[in-house]
Amino acid sequence: MKTFLKVIATLVVLGVVALLAFILVPVQRSAPTEQLAADWQPQPGQGEYVLNASDCVACHTADGGAPLAGGRPIESPMGTIWSTNITPDPETGIGNWSYDDFRAALVDGLAPGGRHLYPAMPYENYRLMKEEDIRALYDYMMAEVPAVKNAVQETSLDFPFNMRFGIRAWNWLALTHAPGFTPADSSEISDRGQYLVEGPGHCAACHSPRSPFMAQDGVTVADDHFLAGGVVGGWNAPALRGSASEIGKWSTGDLATYLATGRNSHSTANGEMGLVVEHSLQHLTDADNIAIAAFLKGIDGDAGEVPQTLAAAGPTALPPAEADAAGADTTAMLTEASPEMPLGARLYLDNCSGCHFVTGKGAPEIFPELAGNSLVTGSETTPLISVILNGAEVPSSAKRPMVLRMQGYGKRLSDSEVAELATFVRTAWGNDAGAVTAADVAAVRKASATH
Amino acid sequence: MARQDKKRDVVIVGLGWTGSIAGIELAQEGLDILALERGHDQNTVPNFEYPQQIDELKYGVRLKMMQKPSHQTVTVRRSGDETALPYRSLGSFLPGNGVGGAGTHWNGLNWRPQPEELRLRSHVRENWGEQIIPEGMNLLDYPVTYDEMEPFYTRFEKVAGISGKAGNLNGVIQEGGNPFEGWRSEDYPMPPLPTTWDSTKFQEACTAAGLHPFHAPAGIASTAYVNPYGMQMGPCNFCGFCERFGCYQYSKSSPQTAILDALKRMPNFEYRTESEVLRVELAADGKTATGVTYWDEKAGEEVFQPADIVILSSYQLNNVHLMLLSGLGEAYDPLTGEGTLGKNYAYQMNGGVTLFFEDDNFNPFVGHGANGVCIDDFSVNQNDFGALGFIGGSYWRSGTFNGQPIRSMPLPKGTPGWGAGWKEGIGKWYGHAMSIGSHGSHMSYANNHLDLDPTYTDRHGRPLMRMTFNWQDNDLRMNQYMKSQMEPLAASMNPTSMQSGFKDVGAQYDVRPYQTTHNTGGHIMSETPAEGAVNKFSQTWKAHNVFAMGAGNFVQNTQYNPTGMVGGLAYHTVHAIRTQYLSNPRPLV
Repeated sequence: MKTFLKVIATLVVLGVVALLAFILVPVQRSAPTEQLAADWQPQPGQGEYVLNASDCVACHTADGGAPLAGGRPIESPMGTIWSTNITPDPETGIGNWSYDDFRAALVDGLAPGGRHLYPAMPYENYRLMKEEDIRALYDYMMAEVPAVKNAVQETSLDFPFNMRFGIRAWNWLALTHAPGFTPADSSEISDRGQYLVEGPGHCAACHSPRSPFMAQDGVTVADDHFLAGGVVGGWNAPALRGSASEIGKWSTGDLATYLATGRNSHSTANGEMGLVVEHSLQHLTDADNIAIAAFLKGIDGDAGEVPQTLAAAGPTALPPAEADAAGADTTAMLTEASPEMPLGARLYLDNCSGCHFVTGKGAPEIFPELAGNSLVTGSETTPLISVILNGAEVPSSAKRPMVLRMQGYGKRLSDSEVAELATFVRTAWGNDAGAVTAADVAAVRKASATH
Repeated sequence: MARQDKKRDVVIVGLGWTGSIAGIELAQEGLDILALERGHDQNTVPNFEYPQQIDELKYGVRLKMMQKPSHQTVTVRRSGDETALPYRSLGSFLPGNGVGGAGTHWNGLNWRPQPEELRLRSHVRENWGEQIIPEGMNLLDYPVTYDEMEPFYTRFEKVAGISGKAGNLNGVIQEGGNPFEGWRSEDYPMPPLPTTWDSTKFQEACTAAGLHPFHAPAGIASTAYVNPYGMQMGPCNFCGFCERFGCYQYSKSSPQTAILDALKRMPNFEYRTESEVLRVELAADGKTATGVTYWDEKAGEEVFQPADIVILSSYQLNNVHLMLLSGLGEAYDPLTGEGTLGKNYAYQMNGGVTLFFEDDNFNPFVGHGANGVCIDDFSVNQNDFGALGFIGGSYWRSGTFNGQPIRSMPLPKGTPGWGAGWKEGIGKWYGHAMSIGSHGSHMSYANNHLDLDPTYTDRHGRPLMRMTFNWQDNDLRMNQYMKSQMEPLAASMNPTSMQSGFKDVGAQYDVRPYQTTHNTGGHIMSETPAEGAVNKFSQTWKAHNVFAMGAGNFVQNTQYNPTGMVGGLAYHTVHAIRTQYLSNPRPLV
């Protein structure tokens, strides 16, 4: 018995020691993946370009706030995480951070002093960035970004998520990949695209599924589920690979155009993706957006023709697409416009067909296609309901400056009408997605009203 | 004491078509630009949302998009013998208000004048002699030629997004286009829109009569479209709500669809709404402007806005008014012919035939503002002025623009105007009528001019502008000629009944019913300072850093809707500013 107690006591002591060690022993920072020459200098504009490619502004800028001064709430399953001030203000920003501190934040998710960052910061992805890009970004942020004194709200999640040391264990699961970038060596263009997608662009943060521990299930192209589609904040981040995916039907040029302008012949960027286009992708070179598109289209096959340029200025007349075989029946039914048609179809004809047409094909670059549109057919119905109720907005970009706004129909349609309409478009033209209920609509309407 | 704001390189007065063109082209030069707009801001969403926008009572009848006469209007009289009275209720013409100006609520008919129209006095002299010019007609050549203007028309058509089919490509006549138009260096940027049943019938009748039908050139998108600024349009759905309405569908060519979002991105451009310019301020020597004074409605105070260049790009009537108030030239005296400001105010001479067909259903609610088929067989360059006894011409068009219930219920003559008989008439004839319109030229005359009213003032205490205008025999004879040609053509279509509406000689101008918002002239272009208010680059003869854009530049009105000429002139002007003026500010002529 005594022996037994001794064993227990020893185990307890060991456990406590291990726990204390787990909590208190500093986590090792990763070493640089590359030694830069002592006189290394970034290319002119490199740091700002990396900032844009990494979309730092999107999370680290509050609505109406100074750029990068933090304070934007980021909803997560664990609670609200408030983004931090990353301007070089010494008191409230990162003005006192050394370059090694900065690299550790991006690569290991560690703030100075070894404090763990919440993985809302996509260090799972930034970990893959090249040393020179991290350095260029650091130099730019310290020297060029105006310091803004802005003490942001502390993130305070409920127990146990307020125990930041727990992230150490989470990192054991999430950071199984080594720092630094490993090109697949497909082609120079594709490798460049791969780098931007895997590293700074952190596409997998939304477009890869999550493991049971909420880590990204697929961080590099070598992973099976990389970019196989995820769900973020009630939105489907659609699969970016596979012939069944929406972009599987797009050309590389279509995809690159979408990235650079938020619109193409098939679709428009709404919600989070609209913000990515607004803050990040429109600022990349055409060559880089084409590289991203070529890489994504090439993951499961051939990228096809890779264009040299995208979204040329007009004048360009873009005739609408004809109905395809999958949409023929719906098109015929809407064209006939029989008074006997179902309510959802009638509502579509009365409210939607002017822009999206009886074919569901919309009009190139301005009115998105509804047939096969991942927002329409997604497992998550909130985005579709929200677009019908509140409208949508595609941001202005350099090459396509028009802010494309779709008006909302919330004042015109009741919850049950929106449900009928949404159910109709989810099943029209060969779409095959589940029904939407009036209760679903009521919930979105209520949430919209409180925002 | 007026507030004074920081000096700008350029101040733009009015943010419609020409102000937007000046804004984006000069912003590309890196200039610091402020646009002042009297009205409110407006954009497709939320201002033109469906279905609130397609409210005929609110916008079509109560004219919610238009200037409020209580804010600004003119006084009107028909001749110097009458006392002008304020135009208190909009009727004959509808000046717009707000960002986009008339460019948001127009019908979208986009024409180029014929080459002969830009040198009409020479055309008359060369073919018939000046003796055919009637007493009192101020017939002039434009100081620009069609060939000079062609690249700028082309540029505007690309920016505005015009649907149509060329009839004359670099001198080669094209099947299906307008064979009587001036040459085009390129075809229209979008193909023509489909035709409705009325225009199809008209087309067949014209072809049978040996005439030359073609699609109306439309600032209405036939496909999705991307313009040279990357701005976009969506294909029109033929909802039939163009004129007096903003387009909810991004289908109508407008500053909103063609320019403004691209312009708003530019960090060196700013615009302020509810900022009504009261006058242009001149330097002590009167040779340049120092800026403008405007009424800041939100702050409730006058503001002096200094600027190196002033662009007057408000509506024609307002431009002339501002120039008169600011001393940007001498006021025109119709008795002596001296002075230039207010000279050669002109309008449009229109008529038409309405045809009723018991057995045809035209679905008139399926249409758009620039719908239809036209002919130019009776246009300026086809008419023998000497033989016909008038100078001018018209284009004809058939194509429904709307079937709106309050204003678009044509009924055969003799049908009661109210009660059971009216109801019965509506029941029988709604959808069974079509029309053919004649849209004719209007010359300039000594009688028809603009000056400051001696009696009435606006809310800022400024004298209202006075319009002296009446129909003149030359244009009425032209109108009667069109009647004589159109009625047989209409009869050849075998309608159940038909009725004509053409003003005849002796007709007096009536400011109450709507006619057209094609008010032109008043700050006309000229070869010399004695003849007009601005030179060929729309630069005022008085102050070289003031440019006056728009239909006020027209020496006389053409037979067409003015927007294509207005847009072409705007590009012509900003090109001169960019390439000639900025490097060396001076009178360009």
